[in-house]
Amino acid sequence: MSDITIKIKDREGVVHELQAPTDMAMNIMELCKAYELPVEGTCGGMAMCASCQCYILSDHELPEKQDAEEDMLDQAFYVEDNSRLGCQLAITEDLDGLEIELAPESEV
Amino acid sequence: MIKTDILIIGAGPVGMFTVFEAGLLKLRCHLIDALAQPGGQCSEIYPKKPIYDIPAYPEVLAGDLIDNLAEQIKPFEPGYTLGERAQTIEKLEDGTFKVVTNKGTEHYAPTVFIAGGLGSFEPRKPPIKELVDFEDKGVEYIIRDPELYRDKRVVISGGGDSALDWAIFLSDVASEVSLVHRRNDFRGALDSVEKVVELSKSGKINLITEAEVKGINGEGKVESVLIKHKHDGDIVKECDHFIPLFGLSPKLGPIADWGLEIEKNAIVVNNALDYSTNIPGIFAIGDVNTYPGKLKLILCGFHEATIAVQYAYNIINPGKRYVMKYTTVNGVEGFDGEKKEAKKAAVIKI
Repeated sequence: MSDITIKIKDREGVVHELQAPTDMAMNIMELCKAYELPVEGTCGGMAMCASCQCYILSDHELPEKQDAEEDMLDQAFYVEDNSRLGCQLAITEDLDGLEIELAPESEV
Repeated sequence: MIKTDILIIGAGPVGMFTVFEAGLLKLRCHLIDALAQPGGQCSEIYPKKPIYDIPAYPEVLAGDLIDNLAEQIKPFEPGYTLGERAQTIEKLEDGTFKVVTNKGTEHYAPTVFIAGGLGSFEPRKPPIKELVDFEDKGVEYIIRDPELYRDKRVVISGGGDSALDWAIFLSDVASEVSLVHRRNDFRGALDSVEKVVELSKSGKINLITEAEVKGINGEGKVESVLIKHKHDGDIVKECDHFIPLFGLSPKLGPIADWGLEIEKNAIVVNNALDYSTNIPGIFAIGDVNTYPGKLKLILCGFHEATIAVQYAYNIINPGKRYVMKYTTVNGVEGFDGEKKEAKKAAVIKI
């Protein structure tokens, strides 16, 4: 399996083009942490904190939200129609070329 | 008044295991936790989730891990102050620390271990600029006494169970209840959702969906909130109280004001030496600390606790010699004098 490319716009508007491995069972939140982007991932990836909320900018077809993600987004702030939790998006070859933007941080 | 050798703030797995390692050195421990039961997140958030990286446990449920830890530390008779949050710390003239909880319980110890994990769970606050200015002046995050809202106009914001349940409850108490939610559907228990819809139809709850509260106005107290509606634009809603109910999130809380060196919501410790903070006598272990190479894993927290108690021993018993002992050789002797140890091999001459 090869790496894919994911573009992430940080909160300052800088776009980072990241090489993401598809064979390490990583998700978007973990990818951000691996590249030291300012994503806390406070709950460790259990869809319980929304610190990895991001907006999907490209028109990739993503896996549907599970209940835990819907529940968390219901309680989160700055939520838009294209909001997702990075921790719930597994990095697969289907995501090659994905473009996302980090949502603002809450309560910092 | 509670006196102990090591005062542990946070009764999660790492705080609990500290009791065991301290007990081997004949040190007594007392744990404080904001939650009503020990175990931290393992008990509160994911007791039924399996953990796979505890050495020698191919799989263990988080709740079972806590039960096992409670059993393991029982011989060392830990004290607990539960349901209270450590609020203030003070170093007394004799070098001991005085820690007082939000309910006024006083604790005294020569060493303090902060094993607070992600912090204590506190209400999540929506990003409204004026919010903090109106706290306790009409803005409440927790409903303590429903009578406060009798015959008042209340705006509740949120879409989960607690927002729904309180909207239902207060519809009988307040003169007017408005429930503002960002979406058209609610994700609470079906019964509650149906009840809210019913109360909305009968005019007892003013349901405002696809909308968010974005501002608060008033002279010294809440007089109205500004609601942004997805289709209808801005709505000014007059009210006496605004109650945002968006669940809980972990916060370092009052510990952040204790003069400890903090970096990215974690307490800085001297790297892997003894997990001491910048204040001698205060240690930080587990998820709450940070140092180069830090991994937020329960198993790393166990290691940190073990190392830190060796150093705490020297503070509690200055100059007194000891060596680390193996439980396989010496067994475990509880504070009640009961000893668990391996059976001695019998030597029989024939």
